[in-house]
Amino acid sequence: MAQNYYQKEIETMAPEEMRALQSEKLVRQVKHVYENVAYYRDLMDKKGVTPDDIHGIEDLHKLPFLSKADLRDAYPYGLLAKPLEDCVRIQSTSGTTGRRVVAFYTQKDIDLWEDCCARAITAAGGTKKDVCQVAYGYGLFTGGPGLNGGSHKVGCLTLPLSSGNTERQIQFMTDLGATILCCTPSYAAYIGESLKEMGYKPEDIPLKAGIFGAEPWTEEMRRGIEESLGIKAYDIYGLTETSGPGVAFECSEQTGMHVNEDHFYAEIIDPETGEVLPEGSKGELVFTSLDKEAFPLLRYRTRDICVLSRKKCSCGRTLVKMAKPMGRTDDMLIIRGVNVFPSQIETVLLNEGYQPNYQIVVDRVKNNDTFDVNVEMTPETFTDKVSDVVAMEKSLAGALKTMLGINPAVHLVPPKTIVRSEGKAVRVIDKRKLV
Amino acid sequence: MAIKQLTVFVQNKRGSVVSVTDLLSQSGVDLRALSIAETQDLGILRLIVNDEKTAERVLTENGYLIKVIDVVGVKIADAPGKLTEALSVLDRADINVEYLYAFLARTERHAYLVLRVEDNAAAESVLSGAGFKLITDADISKL
Ligand SMILES: [Zn+2]
Repeated sequence: MAQNYYQKEIETMAPEEMRALQSEKLVRQVKHVYENVAYYRDLMDKKGVTPDDIHGIEDLHKLPFLSKADLRDAYPYGLLAKPLEDCVRIQSTSGTTGRRVVAFYTQKDIDLWEDCCARAITAAGGTKKDVCQVAYGYGLFTGGPGLNGGSHKVGCLTLPLSSGNTERQIQFMTDLGATILCCTPSYAAYIGESLKEMGYKPEDIPLKAGIFGAEPWTEEMRRGIEESLGIKAYDIYGLTETSGPGVAFECSEQTGMHVNEDHFYAEIIDPETGEVLPEGSKGELVFTSLDKEAFPLLRYRTRDICVLSRKKCSCGRTLVKMAKPMGRTDDMLIIRGVNVFPSQIETVLLNEGYQPNYQIVVDRVKNNDTFDVNVEMTPETFTDKVSDVVAMEKSLAGALKTMLGINPAVHLVPPKTIVRSEGKAVRVIDKRKLV
Repeated sequence: MAIKQLTVFVQNKRGSVVSVTDLLSQSGVDLRALSIAETQDLGILRLIVNDEKTAERVLTENGYLIKVIDVVGVKIADAPGKLTEALSVLDRADINVEYLYAFLARTERHAYLVLRVEDNAAAESVLSGAGFKLITDADISKL
């Protein structure tokens, strides 16, 4: 398949050239932040780092981290690096988990953000001949404005439908022949179902690609959406703190998302020690904005757990790839010195044909961590032979060991016996903390 | 020809078995035979009852994981050597018995053997060929 790039020079840049570019930008950005953001200057002073210590990307690790808590403390203007008169827009998170994040943009910030989205649309096969339906919410949420701007930059005919009103979505989609759909994966799945109910077959609509993000989704969901809409479904990643969607995007290979690392430098760190981990390690994703003027976060801890890879990609892009985030640091457990995420256990259960009804019990006996995973037996797998049950437990323990690197004791338990609190299953019981 | 066995998945903790048998007796279901296989964590109850439909409904309604399977039922004289004889017949025919349990009837001077094998039809044919009398669900409900 012929590859199109929105900014070929950057997207296929030789790695050493990219590093030089990033280094140059970082030096400039650290100065800009140090001079204009008192909050971050204090953090740097406390760490004994000055802009003079930063000569390139290799010095990035010397800089202090920013966390969600810092964003809360500095709300609303504490991290602003430009006078308000130079800012032209804000975007904001919903604030469902704690105080909302409000990010500021200069016109240049918006331009670069829209470029990132344009790269994503182009990687999904979009050109100026396409009709791009944006069914992400417009407003404070970054989804709608980001993809809308990217679609303009590519030159697509943009249908700014925003989210909701599915009947109207489908009417525009069919009447105006939308070829690209941008929305959350769950909404894409819903549109697919609605089309089917209305008697449309995938081949009746000209849609060819979808760009879906802003919420976690599985490969299984991807296949479902691709089938029901007759399209290729591409993942996109971003967060309001750094700009919005388009921080990373998927290409035709669909094996991870290329990070727009000329604007956002990605690191993986050990969430416990803060130490930078080598390529291929699983850890917390940290972003440094290299170009943002108004709201330039340095070493922002996303709390997303993920892996970076510089393996050669068949699409020709040299931009580093990030895997789909596999969990949040908030949920992380350290068992026998190994990081374990409940989401990994869930993945294994689904792969092995179980429902994700499970409970992790961790305890410490004679200074050793015990690690038990209780899993509800399903009617499909239940058998009358004890030897079968024992074999199933063993096989599941083996699959978990492969994923996690440590050996759990698996116990199959009768359905609905996993403790629930207010209807929600309690996933983790860590008895070590009770001591 | 085979008879129905109710298999119930329970946790291996005190009271698990009693909860099941209580439910059944309250619903008027009579237990003919009961066998338990267990590991450290779990128990698998195998039940032969006079009314397997009601038993299945009541236990399912109460949230139990149930599986009904066909097993072979054989009537044997309550005399020494009869059990060994039945098993040897199967062994000679190369039929592997996964598990078995026996129960006595209240009135007759007979014992009943419940056999779990891979191929019920094969087991039934060699047993009846050797002169053993097989039992059905209808026989069970009359016991
Ligand atoms: Zn690629």
